[in-house]
Amino acid sequence: MVDQLNHTTDTPIVSMDEFLSESNAIAVRIEPGEDARLLLPHLDRLTLVEVAFPKFRDGRGFSSARILREAGFTGTLRAQGDVLIDQLSHMKRCGFDAFAPDVPLNPDHAATALATWPEYYQTAADKAVPIWKLRHG
Amino acid sequence: MYQYDQYDQAMVDARVAEFADQVKRRLSGDMTEDQFKPLRLMNGLYLQLHAYMLRVAIPYGTLSSKQMHMLAHIARKYDRDYGHFTTRQNLQFNWIKLDDTPEILTDLASVEMHAIQTSGNCIRNISSDQFAGAAADEITDPRPWAELLRQWSSFHPEFSYLPRKFKICVIAAQEDRAAMRLHDIGIQIIEKDGVHGAAVYAGGGMGRTPMIAPLIKEFVPLEDLLSYLEACLRVYNRYGRRDNMYKARIKILIHEIGADSYRAQVEEEFAQVKALGIDPPRAEFDRIAAFFAMPDLDANASDDLDLSHKDFALWVGQNVAKHKAAGHAIVTISLKPIEGIPGDATSAQMDLMADLALQYSHDELRITHAQNVVLPHVRKADLFAVWEKLVAAGLATPNLDLITDMIACPGLDYCSLANARSIPVAQKIADRFADLDRQRDLGELKLKISGCINACGHHHAGHIGILGVDKKGKENYQLSFGGSGAQDVSIANITGPGFDEDGVVDAIERATDKYLAERRDGERFIDTYRRIGMAPFKEAIYG
Amino acid sequence: MKLLTGNDLNTGLVTWWTGKDWSIHIEDAVDVGEDGETIAAAEELARRINGPYVIGGELTAEGPRPAHIKDRIRALGPTVRVDLTLKPNDPSAAERVI
Ligand code: HEM
Ligand code: SF4
Repeated sequence: MVDQLNHTTDTPIVSMDEFLSESNAIAVRIEPGEDARLLLPHLDRLTLVEVAFPKFRDGRGFSSARILREAGFTGTLRAQGDVLIDQLSHMKRCGFDAFAPDVPLNPDHAATALATWPEYYQTAADKAVPIWKLRHG
Repeated sequence: MYQYDQYDQAMVDARVAEFADQVKRRLSGDMTEDQFKPLRLMNGLYLQLHAYMLRVAIPYGTLSSKQMHMLAHIARKYDRDYGHFTTRQNLQFNWIKLDDTPEILTDLASVEMHAIQTSGNCIRNISSDQFAGAAADEITDPRPWAELLRQWSSFHPEFSYLPRKFKICVIAAQEDRAAMRLHDIGIQIIEKDGVHGAAVYAGGGMGRTPMIAPLIKEFVPLEDLLSYLEACLRVYNRYGRRDNMYKARIKILIHEIGADSYRAQVEEEFAQVKALGIDPPRAEFDRIAAFFAMPDLDANASDDLDLSHKDFALWVGQNVAKHKAAGHAIVTISLKPIEGIPGDATSAQMDLMADLALQYSHDELRITHAQNVVLPHVRKADLFAVWEKLVAAGLATPNLDLITDMIACPGLDYCSLANARSIPVAQKIADRFADLDRQRDLGELKLKISGCINACGHHHAGHIGILGVDKKGKENYQLSFGGSGAQDVSIANITGPGFDEDGVVDAIERATDKYLAERRDGERFIDTYRRIGMAPFKEAIYG
Repeated sequence: MKLLTGNDLNTGLVTWWTGKDWSIHIEDAVDVGEDGETIAAAEELARRINGPYVIGGELTAEGPRPAHIKDRIRALGPTVRVDLTLKPNDPSAAERVI
């Protein structure tokens, strides 16, 4: 997990427009206003989807991530941009497994942040068993 | 009442630890205010006019005696000996030190309380009917539904950075005592073919563009509820406006695309989400519901009530409501004494209310959106004793739903967003109408005051609403009539040019005089207004 | 005159720039002239203040008086709880800030 914290890649990443027009790219970047569902027919060939967070307050990327994971995307899902340490746990739950923050994250702080919650109330895109299931076996 | 198990407690404890760390990082300079602000807001910590303000959640307005004592303790130890109960069924402390907050949150957690998601662009404290579980007119207790939603919405990974705040309300009675349709999502539990389910309304709200939530789905069965709400929220998170803070609430999205189009998108999303298995089994609902079973009421309690004491009879007539069980009643404690500050209570008053709850109300209290406190399960035989103790504490004002039972936001005396003060206006109106016979003659009259367009004081939903504005550096007040937050929900209309503080009190008096002259049998102020319209009132006010 | 104000980072209390430090008493405030923004930035960085900003005001016999009612209330405290203001023994103080 933590090695994915300040993730870099050599794979060229193209925009949604480019990807959807006729590129053979295997990595694509989704801006907050773009519809992640347009990628669903192409998940097989994608190895990396980068979800942009130009401002940490803009939470659309959380939904984009879940939509991709719910549809079965198994490649790398990385959050890029204004990614704050206190958002890591939520991001991970929404399916992100790599981060490319504008300001590099301190691995110790990140490990603490990721370990904030002992359990979770809801089902999300990670493997965590929700509390209601723990209660009822 | 709901009781935490080890999981609930661990979540709250984890949050306290997380916030303690965040406060430390802020004070040591690892975090700027810009980064810290959304985090402190998610823990209910604001920076207000005079100091930090901490907003404590009172989920669906229900609390125990022990919890109320803890609020009193916090008021005494960390604040200036009082707190402010709000329209959101929360409590606000006005004078909090940043480095005290971890300790305060620890104290709260020790009695299963928290300040989680009382602010920020996330799903806020779930509000509900203050008479839940006791009301004669409810089909079921809405609080198990609300608790289910509290857990689902706490630290929701996808919906913690929404376009804007998100408020959910759940009711299950015929009468709407919680302004359900003025919430981002309003849920009414209804019965269909012998089964309870949720009628879901979405897109209500106040603020600068008040809107009444349209019905989005007539009946969502319990086993689909979380999936359905998840779909509602996801559509909003993806398509709600983020370019303009004032247009970011879900009400604007639904207004712009239309309820039909929103509904269709939610249905599409629901079809995806439902397959994920995110809805807990019935057993989880039943587990929660068991906590809300009716307390062990006295089955032999008598319905007889000696009303020979005149002041007691007045109070019973005004502040006591019908309970679903024989021999019992629901008491509303007015936090609106004539000289007071609407919604404020001292630590001593909190302690007294907590003691009364323990002794006479099966250890339960409720907070109402009209900033009062309720003892939900009182034996009629105990009413006199309760009343006497309330009288001694200055808490027996018999003015529930009368003109002096006003809602008022903190306004410019406390709030950094305010344009004008709310509390002094409330006090002047109360003073003018202090005579109880006069108030009772005017009958039910809901007066609501906000110190700015954000509408925390629900002025859009007031039979009479007052909005404070800034007129070239002077406080000015706009008057409106015809709003309601009840089942006859409506948005108020502005009368005309605004007034200064004394002018608005005079104008209200002219309007109520007009009402008295025009009213027909049994009409409330709002009924007369709806029948004759604004023109005669305008004439009376501006002449 | 121009005044520099903000809230203390830890206590949250309203404070005023005195020329070398911060005070909760507006009577201690000095005219910051054109230097307000610079001082504000430095003090914020030093974590002595939260949300500093410069306001207009005038010097009166009683001391500096902010131009806007909001800052006059900030300088005093809630007008509806004189006991909690900085002038608890002066019941007319609230009238004067309006
Ligand atoms: C003192 C600090 C407070 C601040 C800074 C504050 C801020 C705001 C803001 C900015 C809005 C507008 C939201 C929008 O239109 O999108 C709002 C709405 C609201 N606030 Fe407050 N508020 C405060 C206190 C209160 C209090 C004391 C109450 C209860 C008495 C309250 C209850 C509400 C309610 C009911 C709304 C309307 C919700 C809606 O638009 O649907 N707030 N608040
Ligand atoms: S209505 Fe305005 S003045 Fe009143 S509490 Fe809300 S934001 Fe503050």
